[in-house]
Amino acid sequence: MTDPRSQLLTLVFGIVVFLVMATVIGQVLQRRLSPNGTNAGIENLNARIYAWWVMVALLGLAFLAGRAGVIALFAFCSFAALREFVTLTRTRRADHWALAAAFFVVLPIQYYLVATDWYGLYAIFIPVYAFLLMPIVSVLRGDTERFLDRVAEVQWALMICVFCVSHVPALLTLQIPDYEGRNVLLIAFLVIVVQMSDVLQYVWGKIFGRHKIAPKLSPSKTVEGFVGGVASATLIGAALWWITPFSPLQAGLMALVITLMGFFGGLVMSAIKRDRGVKDWGHIVEGHGGLIDRLDSVIFSAPIFFHIVRYGWSLT
Amino acid sequence: MAAPAVSALILLFARAVTAVRAIWSHDGPPTRQCVYFANHSSHGDFILIWTVLPPRLRRVTRPVAGAEYWLRSWLTRFIGRDVFNAVLIERERETRTEDPIACMAQTLDGGASLILFPEGTRNQGDDPLLPFKSGIYHLARSRPDVEFVPVWISNLNRVMPKGEFVPVPLICTVSFGPPLRLRDGEAKEPFLDRARSALLSLSPHAGETP
Repeated sequence: MTDPRSQLLTLVFGIVVFLVMATVIGQVLQRRLSPNGTNAGIENLNARIYAWWVMVALLGLAFLAGRAGVIALFAFCSFAALREFVTLTRTRRADHWALAAAFFVVLPIQYYLVATDWYGLYAIFIPVYAFLLMPIVSVLRGDTERFLDRVAEVQWALMICVFCVSHVPALLTLQIPDYEGRNVLLIAFLVIVVQMSDVLQYVWGKIFGRHKIAPKLSPSKTVEGFVGGVASATLIGAALWWITPFSPLQAGLMALVITLMGFFGGLVMSAIKRDRGVKDWGHIVEGHGGLIDRLDSVIFSAPIFFHIVRYGWSLT
Repeated sequence: MAAPAVSALILLFARAVTAVRAIWSHDGPPTRQCVYFANHSSHGDFILIWTVLPPRLRRVTRPVAGAEYWLRSWLTRFIGRDVFNAVLIERERETRTEDPIACMAQTLDGGASLILFPEGTRNQGDDPLLPFKSGIYHLARSRPDVEFVPVWISNLNRVMPKGEFVPVPLICTVSFGPPLRLRDGEAKEPFLDRARSALLSLSPHAGETP
């Protein structure tokens, strides 16, 4: 089982079998219970399954293209996410150059640093250099109206959409003994655990949910869904230990950290949406919400997962 | 020959920067010939409308634009005439040789749909919508059977404000309202008011107090 190629193939095979089953179940449920698209739960489930197929296809293609492919894929995700985030900010004309710099200077540099494995710089490039540079670019226009709000919004947009997302492909740069050539599996582990946690929280919540956990932020999230989803996603993570450099116990703990960060990340992102009075971040696929809606849990767990693995397992 | 390639490139660029999305009125995209009239705050306005139109509608839809602006160099002439197939009208009342209304009416008779910006100029102030020029009314008078479809373009003025030349990628939407038509005996002012409020009601801030 240590041959990277056979492991990847086993994993891909497992995922495809899982998705085919999920698709068949989703279609049967839709025929039986929601022939006219009236059952929101089933429509949501099928939208999710559809998004998974797209996600698996894109990740698969990127994995085939190697490190450059993965970095290009996540750079594109950052671009699309930043486009969604900035759309909801209340920037003024004076921020135009700062925003253009965020898209066309900061984002490419961050991914270039990841691609060249310059950890010392990409870990601080946005929180230090971009954070100091952007307000300077804005302030030169002399518009002080809501200045702090505007600066903070653009900085947060970069932090969430570029800095955090770039830590997913950064997993490829870690040098873990006896794990050479298999780093893409760490990305697969992260994405699978996050997605399973999201959907299992939803399923547990639908079946057993009684007590709302954050009624003001996310009325559909319940304590039962949270506990059941986190516990079962943690078990799935532990069961996937064979694709990671971790022991089963470590894999379970990692999955626990990932699911907790993902859960709270989802809450933070829905607080932002509520503040701005929108239901979804965007409409990247008609009716399926925006890219950030699909990525919010990955965004919060990626840097933490990266740092734990780097600290505990990597040589660099 | 080069025009279809350039047009495909422009559509691709518009989508990459704005991820533009159409919001149709409940009847879906228009099924018959019509005049789209839209708010105008950026040079890219009509490109966004053109981008979201389904290809079969896009092929028969022509923007109405100022001849002075589009005929000033070979490049703008190529883009205006060959790529966008614009109906170029002469705006200067004193020097013009052709009546713009007659020009638009002829184009409608040829079966094409039109994109019109009834504010007459780009809106760069804080008002959501400038007063309409009377051209849209005279066009409606001369072709009373044609439907006028209000189209609100959101956010494009943030993508590229006046005087900037680098676009900031932001999500834009193009909202289409239900069509309206000149009523029997309707005078100029009531028609312009009706058209203007139909367009304003599509703006995302409609109903909010500023």
